[in-house]
Order: sequence, then structure tokens, then C-alpha cells
Amino acid sequence: MPRSTLAEPAPPNAEPSALRPKLRLDGLTHEFRTGGAPPVKAIEGITLDVAPGSFVSLIGQSGCGKSTLFNIMAGLLQPSAGRVILDGEDITGRAGLVSYMLQKDLLLPWRTILDNVIFGLEIQGVDRREARAVAEPLMDRYGLGRFKTHYPASLSGGMRQRAALLRTLLCNNDVILLDEPFAALDAQTRFRMQEWLLTLWKDFGRTVLFVTHDVDEAIFLSDEICVLSPRPGRIADRFDVPLPRPRGRNVVTAPEFIRAKERCLDLLFSGGQPADSEAA
Amino acid sequence: MTDNVLSDLPPAVATTSSPAAHLKRPLRRKGVIIAHEKSWKRSSIWTLQVAIFIALIGGWELATRLGLIDPFFWSSPSRIYHAFIIVIGEGTLFQDTWFTFKATIIGFLLGSAIGAVIGLSLWWSINAAAVVQPYIVVFNAVPKIALGPLIILIFGIGISSKIALAVAFTAVITALAAYAGVRAVDDDLVKLTLSLGGRRRDVFLKIVVPSAMPWITSSLHINIGLALAGAIAGEFISSQYGLGKIIMYAGSTYDMALIWVGIIILALLAIVLYGAVNWLEHKFTRGQNVKTI
Repeated sequence: MPRSTLAEPAPPNAEPSALRPKLRLDGLTHEFRTGGAPPVKAIEGITLDVAPGSFVSLIGQSGCGKSTLFNIMAGLLQPSAGRVILDGEDITGRAGLVSYMLQKDLLLPWRTILDNVIFGLEIQGVDRREARAVAEPLMDRYGLGRFKTHYPASLSGGMRQRAALLRTLLCNNDVILLDEPFAALDAQTRFRMQEWLLTLWKDFGRTVLFVTHDVDEAIFLSDEICVLSPRPGRIADRFDVPLPRPRGRNVVTAPEFIRAKERCLDLLFSGGQPADSEAA
Repeated sequence: MTDNVLSDLPPAVATTSSPAAHLKRPLRRKGVIIAHEKSWKRSSIWTLQVAIFIALIGGWELATRLGLIDPFFWSSPSRIYHAFIIVIGEGTLFQDTWFTFKATIIGFLLGSAIGAVIGLSLWWSINAAAVVQPYIVVFNAVPKIALGPLIILIFGIGISSKIALAVAFTAVITALAAYAGVRAVDDDLVKLTLSLGGRRRDVFLKIVVPSAMPWITSSLHINIGLALAGAIAGEFISSQYGLGKIIMYAGSTYDMALIWVGIIILALLAIVLYGAVNWLEHKFTRGQNVKTI
């Protein structure tokens, strides 16, 4: 049951851009075929509109097809059916238009942190010197200034993830996909990283899709939450997080927070089917 | 019951209703004390190394003087020293060393470069790699020294045949190492580059080549020795110059001391070349943790 406020827009090109969703997933379905075995359906009929500048989290158990979905959005995988629409343009199967950050920081060990941060810009054809000039002040500003000339091996997990995130944000893409970026970090580091991410999100004004297993993390960060059901992945529920920003840490005790958390946990532990509706 | 057993375990604290209550527990052992070797001071290691060297040379000299071993076959440090002085006086030693050095370096660089290009280029097509692989494996298994006479006939007795042999000795090693490096490239790094809008060329130049670099440079350690072996093998078969020629000539005239002179200069040459490769490796694999053999 995708919620209705954004679910039934007019044809994309007719809309004024302020109302038009930044990213639209239109009936995405994907089956994996391996040899003679029956095809495995990873996701089915995923339809979702993401408003410009919003922060949307996807939560679900393992096996709900989150990675498949992100690979499709990033253009790395051609879906069996459905379309990915960015600013009204069909970008299904085209890579390089949506930034993608994985759980592993994937910094290149042979590059300094500065040269890692500019890697995306470099791939997009920006001159190395120019890219460095863009990245350096940002690294200073976002707490990576000390590490410019360091190699990734000498950095802590949190700092490496910051560098990876800055690399992702520096690419000139409006939409960024974050696939459990903080899953490998310890609790305190993760907490600092969440606040840091919100700062960057506000400063850069990007649209974020965020996958996590951590319900608290999803609620703390997001404007909107999508709960996915497993095998095949479907959108089981979708709701706004009615908490004002900026959110302090004590937001976790707010009644709205508790209600949102209960709603998520119910869905996650009842096999992904919401009690009062059928999955979309 | 062994003497390793210290005591019976105290009875497990568990309620009779617990499923674990009836498990038979093994007797508790003494535990293992882990032995640690303390590392010595650098200076004592160095002193010991020098002492062993002096003992070997001194023992050798003494054994020949006392007639325990026959100096005709084994020569002796003093004879080797005299032979060395004579060869220096003749003035051709430097020329021969330079010849071997040149053949080794050129063969090493050429062979490693050809090997790296072959190994890396196999990344471009899994099908091409599958087709080529058996040829590489067979060429690797063939003892390259067997190609010696053929290469001398084709390239002549000059330096080019020595270079060609050094290339034959080294190219496959780097090709195999580079190909192994290519296959070990982290798929997620490739995925990252593609998701950023990179093309295959970007993946190759910015991910595949740098990731395979430690594999390639580690093959260089082996190659420097092999290139030297290739050059010497060429000189053994037929040559006008080179340390290999000196050793071969000395052998045919029963000049054991001169053989040793050749071997010692070869060893010094090998040390210099090995040091140079180590330096190159550190230069090319910054940031990547490489353990040198």
C-alpha cells in the first residue's frame, strides 16, 4: 500500500518540477535465472516516488532484495521489468547517474585520501587538479583535513567511511544510494556518523535513499520509511516520520519515535505483512 | 588418565530439567603455556652473520692448508684472491661484468614488461583468457634452458641471444602473476567505478592495473634472479663476453679459483639488482601492504 500523497501523479513531463518526484521506481521486478533451476524472484512490483531533497530509508530483513534494488537503481543491473525514472527521464540500465555507496568503504588503497575523495569526479571527467581544488576545502570543513595525504590503511573505520561518503557526495548526482554505510562501525562511531551524514545531507541538498537493518537509525535519519517484505521483496509499508528537524539524540524517547519503531518492528517480525493491508 | 589432567571439573551448575545437565564433560587439562622467542638486538644478529662468514672462509683456507681438502678441486680463499688480482690486472673483468649486467637488465625489463602486458590484457576478455591460458601454462612448464641452442642459432652469439633467453626465463612468470592479480581484483571496486559512470577503460587503468601492481612487483623479485640465470645460460652456450663465459672458460682449463671469482662477482651483481628491485617495489606499491620476501 504505497501511501497516496505521491503515488498518483500526472505523466512526469507535464508536472512542474517542484512537484515532480526526483526519482520514480515504476513496477520494478527482477528474477535471477541460474542454469536449469527455476528463476528466483528477488523483487516484485516495487513502485516508489522519492521527493526532491528527501531522506528515505528502506528497511527489511536479509533477503528482501535491497541490494538487487540498489543495483538496478544504480544502473548496474537491468531489471526483468519496470523502469527507473530520474527527473522524468527513463534511466533504466544506465550507470553513473545515481551515486551508490556500499557498506564497505571501497577506498582505493594505492591512493591518498584526497585522491580517493576525488575519484568520482575524476571518473566523471573532471581534471585531477581541478577536482582536488574542489575537494580540499570540503575535506577541511568536514573533518578530513588532517588525512589528505594519508593512505586509507592508516585511517580508522569511521574516517574511511567519511571519506567514502564525501566521495559519493562530490559526484554531481542528485540522488545518492547508501547501502548500510554504517553497519560495520561501532555504536559510538555510528552515532557520530549519523549526525555527520545529516549535516552533509542538509548542506548538499541531495536526495538520499538509505538501506539499513537498524530501525532506530532509519527513524532518526529519515523523512520517510519503506518497509520491505522478504522473498520476493515488495514494499510492505510506507510512512512519514513525523519528527521535526533538527533532531537531537533524545528524540528516541519521543512518542512519535516509539510509535514509528513499533510499526516497523511489527512489520519486520510478522513476516513482513502489515496486519491491516496487503503488500503492494 | 594422562598427567596432563589437572583435576576433575566441578559439577556443572544446571538444573536437572536443563537439557545440558546430562552432558558428560571432559576432564579439565592443564592448559598450554605459549612459548615466545625473544628477538635479538640487530647488532648481535649482524655480529653473528659476520662471525659465520669469517668462520667459513677461515675454515676453508685452514682445511686446504692442512691438506684436509684438495685445493685443486676446492681452491681456497687465498688462491681466489690471487686469481682476482690477476683478472683485474688483465682489465677484461669489468667488460665481462658489464656485458652480463646489460643482458640481464634489458632482458629483465623487457621480459617483465611483456609478461605484465600479456597478463593484464587477459582482463579484457574472459574468453580470450580461457583460450590463451593453456599456452601460457605449457610455456611456463617447459624448461626455458632447452630453448638455449635454438635462441643462439636465431639471435647469434652476441648480446641479443642473452637478452632473448632472459626474456624467455622471465616473461611467463610476470604474465602468470599479473593474470592472478587481475583475477583477484575486488569486484566491488569494479562495481564502484561502473556506478560512478566509469567505462571499461577507466576500470582497467584506475582499478585493475593498480590492484595487480603488487602481484607484478612481487614477480620481479623472482625475475631478477631468472634474468641473470637466462643471461648466464646464454653465455654458457656460446659467447665472447660475460661472466658466464669466464666461468665456462675457467672450468675448461681447470682454473677453480677463476670459477669462484666469476661466482663471487655474480653474487655481488645479484645483490645489487635485488636491492634495486626492492626499491622499485616500494616506489610502485605505496599504500598497499606488501611483504617482501
